[in-house]
Amino acid sequence: MKIDDVKNGIVLDHITAGKVMEVYEALELDKLNCSIAILKNVRSTKMGKKDILKIDNDFDVDLDVLGYLDPNITVCIIKDGKIVEKKQMQLPETIVNVEKCKNPRCITSVEKNLDQIFYLANRTKRIYRCKYCDSRIERSK
Amino acid sequence: MKKTIIDPIDLTVEEIDGLIALADDIMKDRTRYQDVCKHKILGTLFFEPSTRTRLSFESAMLSLGGSVLGFSEASSSSASKGESVMDTVHIVSNYCDIIAMRHPKEGAPLVGSKHCNVPLINAGDGGHNHPTQTLTDLLTIHREKGRLDNMTIGFCGDLKFGRTVHSLLKAMARYDNIRMIFISPDELKLPEYLKEDYLDPAHVDYEEVTSLDDVMGELDVLYMTRVQKERFFNEQDYLRLRDTYILDLKKLDNAKKDLSILHPLPRVNEITVDVDDDPRAAYFRQAANGRFIRMALILSLLGLDHEVERL
Repeated sequence: MKIDDVKNGIVLDHITAGKVMEVYEALELDKLNCSIAILKNVRSTKMGKKDILKIDNDFDVDLDVLGYLDPNITVCIIKDGKIVEKKQMQLPETIVNVEKCKNPRCITSVEKNLDQIFYLANRTKRIYRCKYCDSRIERSK
Repeated sequence: MKKTIIDPIDLTVEEIDGLIALADDIMKDRTRYQDVCKHKILGTLFFEPSTRTRLSFESAMLSLGGSVLGFSEASSSSASKGESVMDTVHIVSNYCDIIAMRHPKEGAPLVGSKHCNVPLINAGDGGHNHPTQTLTDLLTIHREKGRLDNMTIGFCGDLKFGRTVHSLLKAMARYDNIRMIFISPDELKLPEYLKEDYLDPAHVDYEEVTSLDDVMGELDVLYMTRVQKERFFNEQDYLRLRDTYILDLKKLDNAKKDLSILHPLPRVNEITVDVDDDPRAAYFRQAANGRFIRMALILSLLGLDHEVERL
């Protein structure tokens, strides 16, 4: 599968197989009015199989959200049909309004209009903690 | 020093050393400090009742010559009208010079601090943090042992839910050559994340045991907590384990002569009253220390910690 079908836009490559819809929803791609290709279980020499998202539109992708969802992802910026930049994701130090704190004793459970903020507590184990109550969320590998 | 104290480890080791030294100095001669906070007002925003913590804060401010205003439960605040924590703290911060805030929801003081115009101290947020209890514990250990490093400290009882244990071990892990022994039934063992996130990175030497008797002779400090019946899944387990963690004079037979026994209080039955007269029982001195460390913290946050030297 080639990734040069997009003229001006973004290709999210090396998405862990099975995660593409999670990425699609988190980036709210349903709100875009451009061509979007969702490719699942594409053969990959590096990963065995992978998912790919092709977005034929230049838009600001939230790299923190992507890094949190799947740090394997490579973001390819396409201009005039050519890859002009490749960005390798990594776990962000904080994520805002991506996850909700599930601790019923957390202030976010009652105080409205608070951003749901989590900070990276353990990079190796991919553990994030709520900024307010320190409850943890653990990303699956 | 930061103007918001949410977690005890918001303070550096050096800042804690400074607070302990200041509290010691206050205890030597309280009259020197009795007017330092004259015309200053402490706001006590207690969204849930906690009589002892509130009285301790109020006593601290009054002992410094300051005044106190506030409320002692949410029903007597505008929270009962549906006002947000952020707004309540914002408004009250216009009426006082420093705030002590307690709230049943975890993280509420952090939210309150967002638009707070004055220093804010977390006076307990649910099962999360209670930094002035930890500072009280540190002051007590320092006063009893003369140091905060090079010692073996045993934590006994409910180590799973006990926030005072969690906060104290996080604070103690920053000192050199600290060995920790966690004494609890399997049902109430220390959560793994505390070992992974705080003890392992600091290379703290620790072990987990179920028998207090087996390790009593090794301890320099014994931090007792209450084993609560409601934490057990069944009555049989509770009854089986309950008496294992009651400290009595007989259990102290094997203890060091200079052991210090701490307890955040209230005590129910986990330390028998005959231990109270043993010089190693430090828990009532610990409770008294709470006022002085709060005095030191109020002075430091108001920038008045060197005021006595200037007077």
